[in-house]
Amino acid sequence: MKLEELKDSTREALFGYLLFLGDSNLVLGHRLSEWCGHGPMLEEDIALANLALDCVGQSANFLKLAGEVEGKNRNEDDLAYLRDAVDFRNATIAELPRGDFGYTIMRQFLVSTYLYIVFKNLRESSFDDLKSIAQKSIKEIKYHVRHSSEWVLRLGDGTEESHERIQKSLNELWRYTDELFTHTATDKTLIEQNIISDMSKYHSEWLEIVSQVIKEATLTIPEEKTYLYHNGREGKHTEYLGHMLAEMQILPRSHPGAVW
Amino acid sequence: MLAEVKDPEIPLVTITGMGIVRDVLVNDHHVEVVITPTYSGCPAMKEINDSIAQKLRENNIEDFTIKSVLSPPWTTDWMTEETREKLKESGIAPPHKVQTNELLSLLSDKRVVTCPYCGSEDTKKTSEFGSTLCKALHFCNGCQQPFEYFKCI
Repeated sequence: MKLEELKDSTREALFGYLLFLGDSNLVLGHRLSEWCGHGPMLEEDIALANLALDCVGQSANFLKLAGEVEGKNRNEDDLAYLRDAVDFRNATIAELPRGDFGYTIMRQFLVSTYLYIVFKNLRESSFDDLKSIAQKSIKEIKYHVRHSSEWVLRLGDGTEESHERIQKSLNELWRYTDELFTHTATDKTLIEQNIISDMSKYHSEWLEIVSQVIKEATLTIPEEKTYLYHNGREGKHTEYLGHMLAEMQILPRSHPGAVW
Repeated sequence: MLAEVKDPEIPLVTITGMGIVRDVLVNDHHVEVVITPTYSGCPAMKEINDSIAQKLRENNIEDFTIKSVLSPPWTTDWMTEETREKLKESGIAPPHKVQTNELLSLLSDKRVVTCPYCGSEDTKKTSEFGSTLCKALHFCNGCQQPFEYFKCI
């Protein structure tokens, strides 16, 4: 399916979903970039900056497409820099402050594994442009999963302190993972047209990969089954996002049209 | 002509040798160059665009467009043999061929990376990410040298 073939109602729904993918990657990428110059060692400082670059690059592709689907002449920069927190559609887990290195790694592992499954499915999307981005992104996300899973093993099965700290991160982050597998009412039309996949059907696949690594890292998945009510897809965010955006957006907002 | 345009991040190889240039379409006097990014976040794309434009102008081609496409996605399998050799000569281990088993390549890649300096197979990965997005850091136990590996994607 090409852009011109989409119905108006489909376009509106798709715009929302593309913002979810674009914003989640953008916000996560920004959180990763905060590590630049603060990494626990040089190699990891560089690695986190590289991960950030991938996330922001993927985000630019999704937001560019979102702008085209919306059809209101907004490009990826307009969408990234000129929207307020309530208009962001990222998953809550992406916006939480970066925490310690273990926390950043655990979040990266949980989210990258999720995105790996999302991209794997979107490679079969009936919408050509989305399919192309997914085919590209999946190659990159594999490295993210590998990098973070190796660190989960190292920290979980490392010293007493590293074990304790990454277990604590897992306990804190776990309650935000359920949100990733929920959909909004407008997603339904996209799922019906095979533009996106119903992620609620892939929760168990995600859990299988995640559990495998968690177990090998001698960590335990929290027993708590109650998830916090959050819905980034509806623009309901924690207060952290606004602060982050203030920093991220200040330059283009203070100097509109500024170029290097 | 485009074979003279160097990759801005690894200047000893060219954009055609890397497989970044996908197509050149000539219609009457109009030239369209189709390129593809190596990585979504590759910061060199603007530089590559500018270099292509400069090269075309140097050759008196003014009527041109440069189009960037994402599909089919770039793969290291598109690198020419000559490019792989050049990487090796400059201390960057060339990429393995792409694996087809998905889950295997998701959680670990146990394939041996040969040291580009001494040819030893006794090497270890020190970091999945190196000085640029496309490279990982490795260390050779044979000659005690750190080296880079061009990641296979």
